[in-house]
Amino acid sequence: MFQRFQQSRWPQLLVWVLIIAAIVAAPAVLPVFRLNLLGRFLSLAIVALGIDLIWGFTGLLSLGQGIFFALGGYAAAMYLQLNSSSGFPNGIPEFFGLYGVKQLPAFWQPFHSPLFTLVAIWLIPAVLAAVLGNLVFRNRIKGVYFSILTQAALLVFFNFFNGQQKLINGTNGLKTDVTQLFGQMVGSPEMQRGFFWFTALMVIAAWVFVRWVVRGRFGDVLIAIRDDEPRLRFAGFNPTLFKTIVFAIAGGLAGIGGALYTVQSGIVSPQYMTVPFSIEMVIWVAVGGRGTLVGAILGAVAINYAKSLVSEAMPQSWLFIQGGLFILVVTALPEGVIGWWRSDGPRNLLTRLGITRRIGTYPQLELDGQEEVQP
Amino acid sequence: MSAPLLELREITVSFDGFLALRDLNLSLQPGELRAVIGPNGAGKTTFLDVITGKTAPTEGDVLFQGRSLVGRAEHRIARLGIGRKFQSPRVFEKLSVQENLALAVSRPKQPWPLLFGRLGGQERERVHHLMGIVNLQSRADWEAGALSHGQKQWLEIAMLVGQDPDLLLVDEPVAGLTDEETDLTADLLKSLAGDHTVLVIEHDMEFIRRLESPVTVLHQGHVLCEGTMDQVQADPRVIEVYLGTSEEEQS
Repeated sequence: MFQRFQQSRWPQLLVWVLIIAAIVAAPAVLPVFRLNLLGRFLSLAIVALGIDLIWGFTGLLSLGQGIFFALGGYAAAMYLQLNSSSGFPNGIPEFFGLYGVKQLPAFWQPFHSPLFTLVAIWLIPAVLAAVLGNLVFRNRIKGVYFSILTQAALLVFFNFFNGQQKLINGTNGLKTDVTQLFGQMVGSPEMQRGFFWFTALMVIAAWVFVRWVVRGRFGDVLIAIRDDEPRLRFAGFNPTLFKTIVFAIAGGLAGIGGALYTVQSGIVSPQYMTVPFSIEMVIWVAVGGRGTLVGAILGAVAINYAKSLVSEAMPQSWLFIQGGLFILVVTALPEGVIGWWRSDGPRNLLTRLGITRRIGTYPQLELDGQEEVQP
Repeated sequence: MSAPLLELREITVSFDGFLALRDLNLSLQPGELRAVIGPNGAGKTTFLDVITGKTAPTEGDVLFQGRSLVGRAEHRIARLGIGRKFQSPRVFEKLSVQENLALAVSRPKQPWPLLFGRLGGQERERVHHLMGIVNLQSRADWEAGALSHGQKQWLEIAMLVGQDPDLLLVDEPVAGLTDEETDLTADLLKSLAGDHTVLVIEHDMEFIRRLESPVTVLHQGHVLCEGTMDQVQADPRVIEVYLGTSEEEQS
């Protein structure tokens, strides 16, 4: 009975109905502060979808997604700052005055345009990811070496952004909550509610997009790269191209997530490019379930919500809980929570606890039998 | 005699001074079926690595249809029409039998067509046809990882045929197969020769005998002798190499 339930499409549908119901109901039931947090976590879910695409499906463990996340955030923040700087000296963002900068740096200029900014938010991170990725992939750098390189790149970007006061306000970052958009303050409750809805829509759009990418033969090639890349070469495929494309997609998704996160948290700063934050992103996907897109979304939202709740109650304990979660996933749930569910985890647990009976044969055989009985 | 399909000219491969292949010369005619045998460590797998671009030769040249293969990437060599089956079956275990074959028959193999295009009717027919040849229709939706060893071997051979290469390089296709499966594999390879050129590496002498093909014996990185199975087995050098003399114990 339970097994039927598990094998059918109902649980998946149920999860989606619950997710959508929660999103629709959230603005009505959650206080403004909580709603804002949920919106932020949903934007992190977009980043997690990208990580799932490159790690869960293609086997590329990137510890540097913070680069692309922050770049998207900076692009959005630069536009907002420019959009609200007419009242300041020289008509440029206020912080420049602190460092005696009188003229807007050239690379800021295009961010006057909202259209350019909307494209830059995902295109700049995607192009950067494609270039960095291609350099690494064409030299056949794989596995842990790839991870280390991405982390090193992250540190380079962190240090650069941290030190450039005159260009992008260095370690202070760029504030967005007191800037203007559509004649309203970005940090106002109405605007934040709008961002929440927009983020929720973007999560669903990102899910549909990534699902489209991983279905079909393109997705099969990704799985083949993950499982046996050399073999794939002998079948006539060039893994470098495929890896570059998905790494760029993941970079673009991280950029979109970073922009949405920035406008909802009110600031973008080099803190978005710290090493622990990028590792946390990977943990969300690992806990939710690598290779399951719903798992990436749920992992990002659930872990971050737990983090904020736990941190409010017991500020010191979150890091221990997060570490424990990671150990639990690595030792007991290598497929993550959703993967565990799909691979008969719940029934095995019930069997182990003596609640359901053991099955006499391989599950596969028993299932085959059932299928044959059905008309 | 027509121009050879594949020609290896004085190939030497040195791994830090160890010569895995020494001055190896070999040529294959189009449509030929050729068996390559040799004791362990004779350089059989290195020889395939050189042809397929996995290992670059230290010296010498490999010509395929008159074009040099040296310096080309693996996937480009594969696209020229050289397919390879590995020693232990290497199929994509998390993909279904059908998906494995669909990847093999896909053409072109560029990302964009794979992302936007669907599997064409002709390609789907080919996948079904291939599953029929290797008797895996009833397993079409199984994960390849759940197949038995023999079925994996066959799936990989089917993938190789699905690539439709001019030259098939088959490394130990019957390792771990039952006698019946071995016979069927021999028939399959024989039926492929003619349309394709097939090069088989194998340890199993009975299997080689069934192929009824010319045999090349490799020893310590170069060709020891060539001939029919009977000629080769009667050659005193081959007997020496296989049975071992005082200092060369070969398994």
